[in-house]
Order: sequence, then structure tokens, then C-alpha cells
Amino acid sequence: MSAPQDLDKIIIQVRRDIVRMVHKVNSGHPGGSLGCTEFFVALYFELMELKDSFSMDGIGEDLFFLSNGHISPVYYSVLARRGFFPIEELNTFRLLNSRLQGHPTTHEGLPGVRIASGSLGQGMSVAVGAALAKKLNKDEHLIYSLHGDGELQEGQNWEAIMYAGSKKVDNLIATIDRNGQQIDGATEEVMSLGDVGAKFKAFGWDVLELEDGNDVKAVIKTLKEAKSRTGNGKPVCVIMHTVMGNGVDFMMHTHAWHGKAPNDEQLQTALDQNAETLGDY
Amino acid sequence: MKKYIDQGKKDTRSGFGAGMTELGRKNPKVVSLCADLVGSLKIEQFIEENPERFFQVGIAEANMMGIAAGLTIGGFIPFTGTFANFSTGRVYDQIRQSIAYSGKNVKICASHAGLTLGEDGATHQILEDIGLMKMLPGMTVINTCDFNQTKAATLAIADHQGPVYLRFGRPKVPNFTAPDQNFEIGKAVLLTEGTDVTIVATGHLVWEALEAAEALESEGISAEVINIHTIKPLDEEALLASIRKTGCVVTAEEHNYLGGLGESVARTLTSHFPAPQEFVATQDTFGESGTADQLMEKYGLDNKAIKKAVYQVLKRKA
Repeated sequence: MSAPQDLDKIIIQVRRDIVRMVHKVNSGHPGGSLGCTEFFVALYFELMELKDSFSMDGIGEDLFFLSNGHISPVYYSVLARRGFFPIEELNTFRLLNSRLQGHPTTHEGLPGVRIASGSLGQGMSVAVGAALAKKLNKDEHLIYSLHGDGELQEGQNWEAIMYAGSKKVDNLIATIDRNGQQIDGATEEVMSLGDVGAKFKAFGWDVLELEDGNDVKAVIKTLKEAKSRTGNGKPVCVIMHTVMGNGVDFMMHTHAWHGKAPNDEQLQTALDQNAETLGDY
Repeated sequence: MKKYIDQGKKDTRSGFGAGMTELGRKNPKVVSLCADLVGSLKIEQFIEENPERFFQVGIAEANMMGIAAGLTIGGFIPFTGTFANFSTGRVYDQIRQSIAYSGKNVKICASHAGLTLGEDGATHQILEDIGLMKMLPGMTVINTCDFNQTKAATLAIADHQGPVYLRFGRPKVPNFTAPDQNFEIGKAVLLTEGTDVTIVATGHLVWEALEAAEALESEGISAEVINIHTIKPLDEEALLASIRKTGCVVTAEEHNYLGGLGESVARTLTSHFPAPQEFVATQDTFGESGTADQLMEKYGLDNKAIKKAVYQVLKRKA
């Protein structure tokens, strides 16, 4: 799997993929997907050490786990653009008999996916388990994971966060998508998370703040810094501030597009704002 | 009628512990997780011999299931350990999404199942776990009858690819199966041959079924006793062969009659060979505090209850 280096072009193409995918089936989650596009592109095209072909055990390579599975559009687009499966398959998103289920799953055998996610709050535990397996296998590669900020309201996260801090799972970099939005409104209003960084620190984590998670250079810089802090007895948390819907002006700064697809006209506007770069699927 | 001898009462959870010790020695991929119940699960020896392959997760069962799922991704075979209640109902969605739907090779090992956990009472006495687990697509469900069989099952499930629910218990019960038996997942064990009635039992009620069969023999009733250690996949062929011969069946389990072994047998009969069936099981109720023996008697799960059910089913057959 070769990695094209022009990240900006990839980012724009991924945004197009996202809005086209959800538009076609009139369902899916564009807001959080667009907000995390720079993160996914940085991770898969710049940071992660990946093997040429996919294997479930992932021995000898970095692994990524998506806990907030509803942002599957960005995950699928980036996996396809990175060569895990044919780009044309994005056409089947959420359709009957597709490997691209509404929420990611291993059940249909889609390369790149190692766990089902969708029911929230479970990915941190899985990432910790995979990190423990790396240690047992004496595999120096890292585990990356992504979690929604609203998702932190699920209690299982805190069991896993406590475990990872307490047991020094220091080969794990968990990123929190701090977009401040969830289905029912602003996270601050639905149930305030308070000082997320202080919470992670209190559980024994090393915490990095990423002020602009939609600036790909800043994402790369912070994730590289996070990587340099692994192996020091503490798991690493990156609190990544993003704008939901980033890159499509009418979807930005609102939770309205959490789980809503654009109509024909809105799709065209979104595409006009992101001119084709690498070729649509 | 073939007679079985109790080699001395032992707890099935110690059978699990003995199995884990052996697995620790022979399979480097086996890892153990426990949620603050090491002594109850009898895994001290495994931990002593394999400290790097044991994960103490504290009182956090949901996290334990997720960590177990993650460990499989690196090629390991995780065995989780806690009480049956906390192994199933408490963590149902974690098992559903991260283990069953994700097809992960996790062995969910559950001690203290059912009423016979005893004095702790209903908060800890799950009688719904077989139903919960058997409804999950791809989940294998095993409920062993004694120490020797539990040890054999523990060894066998390590070689089986896919999620397994292994259920055992707290009290010391008769140990009557062979010490070095070959445990075949999904294969019914015919214990005694009979012609009048089939008794299909699981868990430590298998011994109660044997006692009932012996008492019935002295009354001139010939009972065929089948040990169903694997509730899913169910050995339908063996059950049907027996029930076609005897014409009726009593099922016996330490579980709610809703969702348990009895229902699986009833479904098989409805589809292939409708026949009278009586259920020895709890009657859609929670448990309560008491000794194991007292509870078995009060909730109608002992050999006397099985005998009564046999009389009942024979009347219906006629």
C-alpha cells in the first residue's frame, strides 16, 4: 500500500467521499466524520506503520481502533484511499449485502477493521487489550484509538482509563474528538464533561491538548509528540479540538449534521466547496 | 442400569482451575483475566506459574470483556473469570458487540451460576444466563456437570475457535465422570439406557437425574439419562434418537424454564417429533438466601423433583 504525500488533496477527496456516501443512502453521520478527516488522513497517510496486507492479528504494525463507530464514512473513505479495499466499494455504504455496514464491523470481513463499534464506550477497553497483546508479543508497535467526547459519558471508558493508567499501558495513544457536540446538543449542556484533560491526568495519563484538530500539520505534530511520549510508563491521551462538519460551511459549528444526510442541493454546495482532487469513486 | 460412582464431592470451579493450570503449561496463547475473584475462580496456580499472562482488572467486568476482545487481536486466547451474573447480564452489550458480533475468540468462564451459590442470595444467583448467552449468534454454551468434566471442557474450549460461555458452580457436587475424558463440544453423553422416559439434564443436575433414575428403576420404570453439557449447539440427533424410543422427556437444569435447556429441547421436539415434556427448572422466579441443598429442594431442582416430573410425563404419554 503506497502512501500519496499530498495530504491536503487527500483530505478534500475524503470530504467529498463522506458527503457523497451519506447523500446516496440518505443516512449516516457526516458531521463527526468531517471533523475528524484531518486526523484520519494524518494517521493513515503519515503516522501509522502499516504492513502491505491486512491481517487480523496486526503483529508487526501499528493498529487503530475507532470507538465512536458512527463516523464510519471517514473511516471507510480513508481505508479505501489507503488501499485496504477498492475505492469503488464506497458506493455500497449502508446498502444491503455490503461490507460497509452503517457502523464498522468485522462481521462482513472488511479489511482494516478489527472490532465492531457503534454501541458507544467499548473501544477504549478493546484498545487496551490490543496494547497488552502487543506487550506480550514483544511487538514495539503502537495502538491508536479515537473516541467521541460525548462518548466519555459511558462509564466503561473510565474503567478502561483507570486500568490503563494503573497498569501503565504506555503503548497506547487515545485521541478524544473534542467537538463539544452530541445528538441532543452541546456536550456542555447535555452533560458537561468538565476538564477532560484533568480527568485523564488524575487517572495517571500523559495528556496533550491539540487546539486545532482540523489543521493537519498541527495534528501530525501533536501525534508525533504523543508517539515520542509512549514507553514512559503512562498511556497518552490527545484531546483534539475539532469543528464538527469541518470543510462544509453549512455543516460547521452545529450538531444538526450529526446524523443527517444532505439533500441534492446541499450536496452540490458541499462538493463545490471541495473540488475533486484524486477522482471520485 | 449402568451405575456411576461418586469419586468424592468436588466443586466444578476447582475443575476449571485445574484446567487453567494445565492450559497454562501447554498453551502459551492462553491468558487469564479476572475481576477481583481469583480465589472464587480457583486460578491461583495459573497465576503463580504465568504471572505475565494474567490480568487482574479489578471490579470492572465491562472493561474485562473489552480487554479480552482486544487481546484476541494479538492472537491470544483470553479466559475471563467472574461469577455467572457478572459474566453475562452485567456485560451483555459488551459481549454482544465486542465479542460475539466481532467474532472474537474469548472464553467467558462463569462460576457461581444459579441458586446454589447459596447464602449471597438473588442479587448473585443468575438463572437467566443460559438464555442470554444462547441467543447470541455464534456463541457456544456449555454447562458442565462435575469437576472432571469441567476440567476437560476448559481444555477443550481452548482448541475451539470462537466465543464460548462456560458455566459452572460454587458447591461441591459428586464427581462421577472419567478423570481424563475426551470432551467433545456439542456431543450429548448417554449415561444410562432406558425405554420408558428420557431424562435430559445439564450441570450438576445430571447427578440428580442419575439418582432419580436409580430410584425409578426400583419401581420398575426404565429411564434413559442423557448428559447435555453443550446447550448450544444442541445435539439434536442424540436427543431425538432417545425420545423417539422412549416417547417422552424430562429436562432438568438449574436455570429458569424460560430460555434454558428445556426450551431448546422443546423447540427441537416441536420441529421434529412432538412429544410430552416436563421441565425441572425454576419457574420464572428470583432466588433467595439459603444453603445449596435447601435451595435445590425448595425450588424443585433435586432428584425428588425429577422423579415427580417423570411420573407426570409418563401420565401424559399414556
